[in-house]
Amino acid sequence: MSHSDEKLLLANVSRRGLLKGLAGGSALLLAARWDLGLANEQAQFGAGAMPGGWVDDPNVFIHIDSGGVVTIVNNRAEMGQGIRTSLVMVAADELGADWDRVRARQANADQDKYGNQNTDGSRSMRHWYDPMRRAAAAARLMLEQAAANQWDVPVHEVKTDIHKVVHTATGRELGFGELAKAARELDVPGRDALVLKSASELRFIGKESGLINGELKSAHPKAIDGEDIVTGKAVFGGDVDLEDTLYAVVARPPVYGARVKSVDDSDALKVTGVKKVVRIEGTGQPAAFSPLGGVAVVASNTWAAMEGRRALKIEWDRGPAGDNAGYTSEAYREALEKRAQSPGKVIRQRGDVEAALEKADTRVSATYYMPHMAQAPMEPPVAVVRIRDGKAEAWAPVQNPRATREGIAGVLEMDLENVTVHQTLLGGGFGRKSKPDFVTEAAQVAKAFEGQPVKLQWSREDDIHHAYFHAVSVDHLEAGLDSDGKATSWRHRTLSPSIASLFAPDPKHKAEFELGMGFNTMPFSIPAIRLENPPASAHVRIGWFRSVYNLPHAWAIQSFAHELAQAAGRDHRDYLLELLGPDREVHNLTVGDGWNYGEDPDMYPIDTARMRRVIERATEEAGWGRETGKGRGLGLAFHHSFVSYTAVVFDVEVDDEGELTIHRADIAFDCGPQANPERIRAQMEGSVVMGIGVALKSEVTFEDGVAQQGNFDKYLIPRMPDAPKVVRVHLIDNPDDAMGGVGEPGFPPVAPALCNAIHAATGKRIRRLPVGDQLKA
Amino acid sequence: MVTLDINGEQHELDIPDNMPLLWAIRDVVGLKGTKFGCGIAQCGACTVHMDGVATRSCMTPVSAVKGEIRTIEAMAEDAVGKKVQQAWLDLGVAQCGYCQGGQIMNATALLKKTPEPETQEIVDAMAGNLCRCGTYNRILAAIERAADEETSS
Repeated sequence: MSHSDEKLLLANVSRRGLLKGLAGGSALLLAARWDLGLANEQAQFGAGAMPGGWVDDPNVFIHIDSGGVVTIVNNRAEMGQGIRTSLVMVAADELGADWDRVRARQANADQDKYGNQNTDGSRSMRHWYDPMRRAAAAARLMLEQAAANQWDVPVHEVKTDIHKVVHTATGRELGFGELAKAARELDVPGRDALVLKSASELRFIGKESGLINGELKSAHPKAIDGEDIVTGKAVFGGDVDLEDTLYAVVARPPVYGARVKSVDDSDALKVTGVKKVVRIEGTGQPAAFSPLGGVAVVASNTWAAMEGRRALKIEWDRGPAGDNAGYTSEAYREALEKRAQSPGKVIRQRGDVEAALEKADTRVSATYYMPHMAQAPMEPPVAVVRIRDGKAEAWAPVQNPRATREGIAGVLEMDLENVTVHQTLLGGGFGRKSKPDFVTEAAQVAKAFEGQPVKLQWSREDDIHHAYFHAVSVDHLEAGLDSDGKATSWRHRTLSPSIASLFAPDPKHKAEFELGMGFNTMPFSIPAIRLENPPASAHVRIGWFRSVYNLPHAWAIQSFAHELAQAAGRDHRDYLLELLGPDREVHNLTVGDGWNYGEDPDMYPIDTARMRRVIERATEEAGWGRETGKGRGLGLAFHHSFVSYTAVVFDVEVDDEGELTIHRADIAFDCGPQANPERIRAQMEGSVVMGIGVALKSEVTFEDGVAQQGNFDKYLIPRMPDAPKVVRVHLIDNPDDAMGGVGEPGFPPVAPALCNAIHAATGKRIRRLPVGDQLKA
Repeated sequence: MVTLDINGEQHELDIPDNMPLLWAIRDVVGLKGTKFGCGIAQCGACTVHMDGVATRSCMTPVSAVKGEIRTIEAMAEDAVGKKVQQAWLDLGVAQCGYCQGGQIMNATALLKKTPEPETQEIVDAMAGNLCRCGTYNRILAAIERAADEETSS
């Protein structure tokens, strides 16, 4: 078998295995999805390998009315990353549309028509940039052809100017609106007939605008939803307002897997406004995207429903929860830390680590802990579902409209074509809303109220108690250094419950896509490497949280690299660059990763030169090496994820009382070509702030299977005083590599960079997150 | 019966006294710009003005409402609110946007009381408004921009 055959085989097997896990583990996911996934998977990478694939038909995405209003369909979830503006802007630029006359329309859930709509993996732009440009170029060509026909001239004599087509020789021109009807009747040109605009012809794509590092140098093209957001008109999930709406909340089992034993709803039904109490069945473990079950209280307004829920007397049967009912996160941490002392399943091996450790002049070892966290988007889960005439209609803030539609069809035993899902804006997602359990739950309740819409609202306590938690993680590293301080061996054991436990009997080991998030893809050039994954079982629903397993992997590896630099008595940046070794492109398969974020490893190798460049840029911009004085220091970390590259430097100060001040963050980012730099900067700024929360504040703990934090008084996330006084974003100009992700890759290196800065300022090494009050006393 | 003055309109509502203003505004009156984020006055997404003072509507029972309630929907007609909204747009503050109505309400109340706040005053005043997307640096910049507009006009 040739090398490239092996690559395709491995990549496909891994993705297929994942899809199978998703489909097989969930009764709610129809076989259709599974078949579709396979049919589109003929040795493809990227967008083409995703269920539903890509679509570039201009008639699907671009509509021009006779008045010249251009409506562009956005098929991805808008959750704050700005895709409704950025993707529509890409099409508008290629089309030649006047931005003031462009509108966006949100696609409802229809993957057969619109292509893949599952908004995760930081891939909306990298998968849809080309199809949207082609769709727009085809629409432009159709407008030009329509004008040429009307003027009876060859099409090559006409060209598109902003929102109009002109015949230069005669000075004639026709607006898009005037041409729309005739253009629509033409055949869509073949892809080989399309000529995309050159960089110099573009007005928006790749152009810097708006606020750049604190300075407003030029206005940015207005955001599609900007005006609606600041005036309170933007429609998020809970803002859908239908006549005769009923309002519901649900009391769910406090422990994952528990069930209702008995309910006394007599007091609940006495609450003014409460209409009915409805038992809903969960589907047990593994939960997949299914509701947890419990008791719904349905009322004439949300408050009455909440009051009614407070009055319920429910006895829970913890039996079906098994071990989960005894899950205590502190004991679990201790158990994982102990297990990390023994070998585990070998994931990647090079040389003889044990022998190299024996021979080392200095041995360094450390264990790092990252707790459970909840995504806690500011908009808690919420959905509206109406069932009538054998059909279901849902309005919901979901990242994965297709899975939502399938989930509803599953619980209502309806055909997919009888289920419509309208995509609202998402008040934040961060992975929580890739799981449509809250929509299928609303469908279960709506079943009892045929003809009436039911709005099911999760409280913040519901959201945090019943999150799909970020996996708790223990990472144990040991390395050997020679007499010059050079690393000669590196052993890393990683232990976390797997997201695969959601879909199938708990595998107790990380799946390939989880290991591929910065664990086996660790880029250091060290002669002896062994990476191991001892077992860890899941006791709560484990799910995607922005950047997913990149978070603990980056946190452990980047903290440990700093510890090695310290042990070697070397400057951290210089030492990191040495660990990286000479510039090279590492093929993912050579490090045992057959996943590579679903992308072609030849297009997207692990490129250590790009790592070096972000490290150099961030440190230069931050003034690395400058004197900081007592109690103040700079810290650095970098990470490669979602086929993009990030490095962060923090400048922090800690006073005698242990009070931390973050003076500045410099984040350097290379995602290859930049579609909308204005929103890329915003994502980097947000990643820095959210990452500060991971480092300093956020933790969900469990006692006897019950989450101990339920709201923002105990589950702490960053507030304005926690933000750095200054955040500087440094985008690497790199139009030549393939386009990478933006929403997630800025996030993983933030926590280790901040903890390394704390060490530089205080000498105190943080190995357990969050920092909390570890700096006090 | 409870009578509420919301954005200059009188609403007679047949609701229990202990219903938080938030749910009266959202579910009964039907104005959706005021958001539910936590229910315990920890996040600020539900912020409205009560006689000009930033107030967490999720913890304010309707029986405790005194004076005029103004919500984000009324800020375009408010001289200061309008400037704050424009500063938000100029600087591209919003990401998901869910918390921003509450942020704007809080910022507007601050600038009405303190037209030229020091940076630290802004940070202190905004500490009760959470943004999970992490837009704090732009929020701060936008408030300073609106304050400049306010004092220069």
